[in-house]
Amino acid sequence: MIVLRKPKVLDLRLERRINRAPSLLLASSVPWLLVMAGSLVPLWFVISSAPVLPPFGFLILVAWKQLRPGLLPMWAGLPLGVFDDLYSGQPFGSGIFLWSLAMIVLDVVEMRIPWRNFAIEWLVGAAIIAAYVLACLGIANAGGGSTSAVVVVPQLVVSILLYPLVGRMVAVFDRFRLLPIRKLD
Amino acid sequence: MAPSDNRRSGFSRRAQYSTFFAYLAAVAGALVGVAALAVSLSGGSAFAGLRSAASDAAAPGGSAVAAGRSGSLGVIETVGGYFFAASRNARLTRELAEARTRLVEAEGIAQENARLKALLGLAQGDQRPVVYTRMTASSASSTRRFATIAAGARDGVQVGMPVRTPIGLIGRVLEVGSGSSRVLLISDSESVVPARRSTDGIPAFVQGRGDGSVQVRLINLGINPLKKGDVLVTSGSGGLYRPNTAICMVVKLTRDGAIARMLSDPAASDHVAVDRVWSVPVPPPVAASSAAPASPGSGGSAP
Repeated sequence: MIVLRKPKVLDLRLERRINRAPSLLLASSVPWLLVMAGSLVPLWFVISSAPVLPPFGFLILVAWKQLRPGLLPMWAGLPLGVFDDLYSGQPFGSGIFLWSLAMIVLDVVEMRIPWRNFAIEWLVGAAIIAAYVLACLGIANAGGGSTSAVVVVPQLVVSILLYPLVGRMVAVFDRFRLLPIRKLD
Repeated sequence: MAPSDNRRSGFSRRAQYSTFFAYLAAVAGALVGVAALAVSLSGGSAFAGLRSAASDAAAPGGSAVAAGRSGSLGVIETVGGYFFAASRNARLTRELAEARTRLVEAEGIAQENARLKALLGLAQGDQRPVVYTRMTASSASSTRRFATIAAGARDGVQVGMPVRTPIGLIGRVLEVGSGSSRVLLISDSESVVPARRSTDGIPAFVQGRGDGSVQVRLINLGINPLKKGDVLVTSGSGGLYRPNTAICMVVKLTRDGAIARMLSDPAASDHVAVDRVWSVPVPPPVAASSAAPASPGSGGSAP
């Protein structure tokens, strides 16, 4: 998932590698900001009358966790879930709970299956995304809604098909995160 | 991908502890989520303020994108328009001529209405919208249907106000921030709007189904009188929604009602108007103040 062609835009920066190190601020903040952007920004682009967009924030979180298992701390589900709950329209707390749970499950999977290929990562991702979407539906219905499960099927399919693409995007941002731009003196 | 070595704690007590506490923190996070969920599911509005503040903070980004979104929708419609331009032009010209006549007739009726109401002494109240604004975001990945509009308490928006486009009703204001508000769309499964058929006033409820369509539930059971293409408008029963705002059009009949499409698709609407909360007008006092007191609710029960 992470083997990528060197982006042409970054060539100039990458040439100067000697005496350079990644910026600490960039390296540590990009994963958080990307997940938060995934929770917030897609909601601006479509005013929809049905749940059509995949839960991008969650997809990006899962992708980061699979790409760099130790990068986001285990408790990252709490603050990122709070942020997602503020904008997602779900009952407050659903993101906190489900995202924290997802972090634990992904960690267990990572320990059980340390050597993973693309298919296994997609399969694990698909399973956890499906569980998440259905759990969100259950929580929303517990909070007063009465939506049938048929409504989330398109969203489920789109989310699972889109997940590898989100993984590639996260990998590009991982390269961006580790750009050697800090000068060592 | 290869496993990373540094995550094995081995015999180091320090590493073992940090792994343990990491798990503890994650479980604690999940428990915090359960607690927050319990609070919000028990019907409290404890997090409404937090959410309004957050949507206020995100409002500039949403407004910037909203302007571009309506522009891009226009492009698609323009390209699509080329394919049937001639036939559509002819049809629209014909319809426009008919509509002009109807409009003149409607003006006459409106004037007669105003005269009759003045005769009865009914108070009209201010019917102008509180504010015109844009929709800036919607909960596009949740099964609950909420939208955010770029107007809040600063512009006079209050909880409960109906939101509509020129075509029809969209929803009502649920939470108000200082510069943005959350709107419960009528396609949400918790939204119920008292309605009636536009032609003969058969009373019904319009309830959301969460997927962009709505369920029409008739109040009178028996033979289903609805037909495909029937338009339902708000009835004003129980207040809140002003009567005669268009809501939806029937597309499929069911045993006890119908499934209908919302007339004003939030995706296609650029600007929305926030109306005043409508209250059922109290009937004028009976001249001879006889025994029976006038009941304040002239319509059916509130949902």
